[in-house]
Amino acid sequence: MAKTTGLASTSRRVLPNHWDLIAFALVMAILAGVARAYHGLTAPLEAPEAQAISLDYWELPYYAFRTALRMFAALAASFVFTFTYATLAAKSRRAEMVLIPVLDILQSVPILGFLSFTVTFFLGLFPGNIMGAELAAIFAIFTSQAWNMAFSFYQSLRTVPRDLDEVARGFRLTGWQKFWQLETPFAVPGLLWNTMMSMSGGWFFVVASEAITVGDTTITLPGVGSYISAATTAKRWDAIGAAVVTMAIVILIYDQLLFRPIIAWAAKFRVELSAGQEQEESWALDLFMRTRWLRLAFRPLTVLLRKLAFLRFSLKGIIPEGSVNPTPAASKILDVAWLILVACLTVYALWSVVAYIGTELSWGDVEEVSLLTFYTLLRVVVLMALATVFWVPVSVWIGLRPRWAERIQPVAQFLAAFPVNLLFGPAVSLVLAYHLNPDVWLSVLIVFGTQWYIVFNTIGGAAAFPNDLREAAKNFRIRGWDWWTKVILPGVTTYYLTGAITASGGSWNASIVAEQVKWGNQTVSAHGVGQYIAAATDKGDFPRIVLGVAIMSLVVTLFNRLFWRRLYAIAERRLRL
Amino acid sequence: MLDQQPSTLLEVTHVSQTFAKGSGEAGAPVLQDVSLTVRTGEIVGLLGRSGCGKSTLLRIISGLARPTKGGVSIAGRKVDGPADGVAMVFQSFALFPWLTVLDNVEIGLRALGGISDDEIRTRALKAIDVIGLDGFENAYPKEISGGMRQRVGFARALVVQPQVLLMDEPFSALDVLTAETLRTDLLDLWQEGRIPIKAIVMVTHNIEEAVLMCDRIVVLASNPGRIAAEIAVPLAQPRDRIDPEFRQLVEKIYALMTQRPEPKPLEPAQPTGPGLSVALPQVSTNTLAGMLEEIAAPPYNGQADLPHLADSLQMEIDDLFPIGETLQLLRLAEFADADIKLTPIGQKFVDADVDQRKKTIGEQLIANIPLAAHIKRVLDERPSHRAPGSRFREELEDYMSEDYAERTLRTVINLGRYGEVFAYDESAQAFSYENPE
Repeated sequence: MAKTTGLASTSRRVLPNHWDLIAFALVMAILAGVARAYHGLTAPLEAPEAQAISLDYWELPYYAFRTALRMFAALAASFVFTFTYATLAAKSRRAEMVLIPVLDILQSVPILGFLSFTVTFFLGLFPGNIMGAELAAIFAIFTSQAWNMAFSFYQSLRTVPRDLDEVARGFRLTGWQKFWQLETPFAVPGLLWNTMMSMSGGWFFVVASEAITVGDTTITLPGVGSYISAATTAKRWDAIGAAVVTMAIVILIYDQLLFRPIIAWAAKFRVELSAGQEQEESWALDLFMRTRWLRLAFRPLTVLLRKLAFLRFSLKGIIPEGSVNPTPAASKILDVAWLILVACLTVYALWSVVAYIGTELSWGDVEEVSLLTFYTLLRVVVLMALATVFWVPVSVWIGLRPRWAERIQPVAQFLAAFPVNLLFGPAVSLVLAYHLNPDVWLSVLIVFGTQWYIVFNTIGGAAAFPNDLREAAKNFRIRGWDWWTKVILPGVTTYYLTGAITASGGSWNASIVAEQVKWGNQTVSAHGVGQYIAAATDKGDFPRIVLGVAIMSLVVTLFNRLFWRRLYAIAERRLRL
Repeated sequence: MLDQQPSTLLEVTHVSQTFAKGSGEAGAPVLQDVSLTVRTGEIVGLLGRSGCGKSTLLRIISGLARPTKGGVSIAGRKVDGPADGVAMVFQSFALFPWLTVLDNVEIGLRALGGISDDEIRTRALKAIDVIGLDGFENAYPKEISGGMRQRVGFARALVVQPQVLLMDEPFSALDVLTAETLRTDLLDLWQEGRIPIKAIVMVTHNIEEAVLMCDRIVVLASNPGRIAAEIAVPLAQPRDRIDPEFRQLVEKIYALMTQRPEPKPLEPAQPTGPGLSVALPQVSTNTLAGMLEEIAAPPYNGQADLPHLADSLQMEIDDLFPIGETLQLLRLAEFADADIKLTPIGQKFVDADVDQRKKTIGEQLIANIPLAAHIKRVLDERPSHRAPGSRFREELEDYMSEDYAERTLRTVINLGRYGEVFAYDESAQAFSYENPE
């Protein structure tokens, strides 16, 4: 579990380029389009009968089951998305030019802000039907899981070892055969790691999407998220506690019964020359491997899958290839045509976003939102800095003690799954009781769920710090300040940054729920773009949501590109051990 | 040869290959007008230094790469894409780590489709048996030794019953003893006719290996890759490394490979430009000094026989030649047939102390490496005495590929630092005179 994956190939392209602009415009235009399509509806969207959520503890197993189903449905959708989108991007140069920047933008923008659009869209698809609400929730969870999985898969596809690729081509494996024999197995370790991270991150969205109000429409789906939301409204501390315990149990179950066995089994997909030093173990897998009947029952399935994977299925019958390899000149003309098409689309997209926002809002609103975004930016920067100053030394201390690291690292990862909403009670109570300034004290909530990414990545880095360097430092009696600045901090920097980038992205997302906090009938809010979006969502004010999300996305993207990526690129180059 | 043999199996005709640059333009040529014939029953070795295009040639033969010009035909059929009737063995083994030995061997047959599972299994087990892998069928590649892994590589190639077996430095990732065992085993199988292949083409940079295994050796020269010589090996199998005839052949090939590339038209180094076309290998100053000391010391006393030197230092030609060539460029040593001998300056270097050695390298660098002289001149001309590294890299890229340009610049930086001619600031990526304060 001590594995941490970096940003790999993204680090090369640091500065935003015209492709980012295109991607950004496309993403925003789609949002504006959806909003506009439903804005004209005078009647409130027909929501299914809001189901009453019972705060009875005995309902929790059922709610947990429903939530888990939703998460796995979203995970399935994420896999379908990953296998198609990433494969297309990796195989087609022209598709790649657009798809990868779009994915990159989607990965860094605060997805929670989109929630109102997607809910509107799915409710519109199935008016009055529970299906629409379910799909909306599943889609929301999907949007929190899919991007990093697709990115990981794309990067694996682009880095398949050359010799293995030559073997596959030499034996004339078809595209289909190669995909299942070489490309997918090679991508498994990275994809699996990202799937687990996605599963953790998904909880935040479960809570946000199971119970949501957009304008006059209120959705409540049976699930742990709705339970937490109901408990918050009812000010039931005990129910919040019960929800936390339930979540913990659910996470433990799927970790032990699903992910552990898969990790242990998937160890063979790691491309390395010697047998791994650390053997992943799973009691569940051992149990399965020892059974006889169960394995026999699975045998026809594995045989069938293998047959499928070896089908000489090829697109070549449909798309003639090779014989009509375009000449360089023709290819160039095609490129230009493609570029012009993309450019036209971008201009249209930008125009439609501006036109949509412009119908109701003026420059004054843009200025206001920009200022609010600056407040939120300030909040994220300060809190990240505080979390860093506090957690990095602690994590280093833990990471250098293997016995502690072994136990604490999984716990930190576990904690990262818990959504900030659980803390609304204490936050509101404290702020009101001591008349604290919400602009200052609500900020703490922003890093509540995300600081753990810094913790477990830094622990991982410290644990991986080479022993000989530690011994050398001891031998030359490097201590105190020098030891921190010249020995350990440079050693854990790349790991820390990997965690900090995730944490920073997560904090922006969290700001949307954490800048406007409700506990029962009391509301406390801070100034910031997160609060702006949350308030607009409550009112169903779509132009304001689009404006808020657009400016926030712009700032987050620039912040990532100009700050985090640059830092990571420098660290990669200078501090890689 | 006049007696055109009827059994020509593989024919490479006028093959040229250029690598496309990032921008899509045609870059430096990798292979130039290579023609080659392989007959049934032959083992042909492609011998050359790294970067001479021998691996590229092998990939063109296998159909994995397409030549820019010319063509390949196997048994009369033109090769167009990955070819039927050839199979390749890789230097890195290239086994799928997630498949067992048996699955790895079977994959080529399964991909074909239309063969029954039973037949696949039978043929795979037979290949495993022939190649001596019995008992390892269910092991994963990472569990077994390098020698066993390469046996899997052989079994996987043989099971599809190719006419031509292509081998890309198949023994160079193995230790000396393992490599020798595998070579002998393969030759035995070949001699006894137990493997159904008709010819073998192998790429190697190991001269002795080529003489030991091949019936004919094709020596390739670099930059651009072309055939420098074809040498028939008339010795009977099994061959003996200490047989005088064997030694003579080895010496002959060493001499061939250390010959200076034909006299350059631009011998007097002009002030700018042309001299920059010399690509430098990646060699550390410690290695250079170590080699000079080795040659100066007994038993060589200033002049060493290359095969002997390679043997005693356990170096392959890919390690040895770059060092020798750099020494030759710096005029510290020079090749003479299959020997390398110190120049008077080289001898002076060996006798000197550290400071003098640094000074010697610095002087020789400026005097003999045009790129170094060019960098120094630019630094002198500029009032700031600073110059970005990218500038020189771009100039080099007019003459060589990006990789070579990068490597050449690295080597000059290294030598320049050692000779204290100029400094290079890694984080600013700039040349200057000053050292960190």
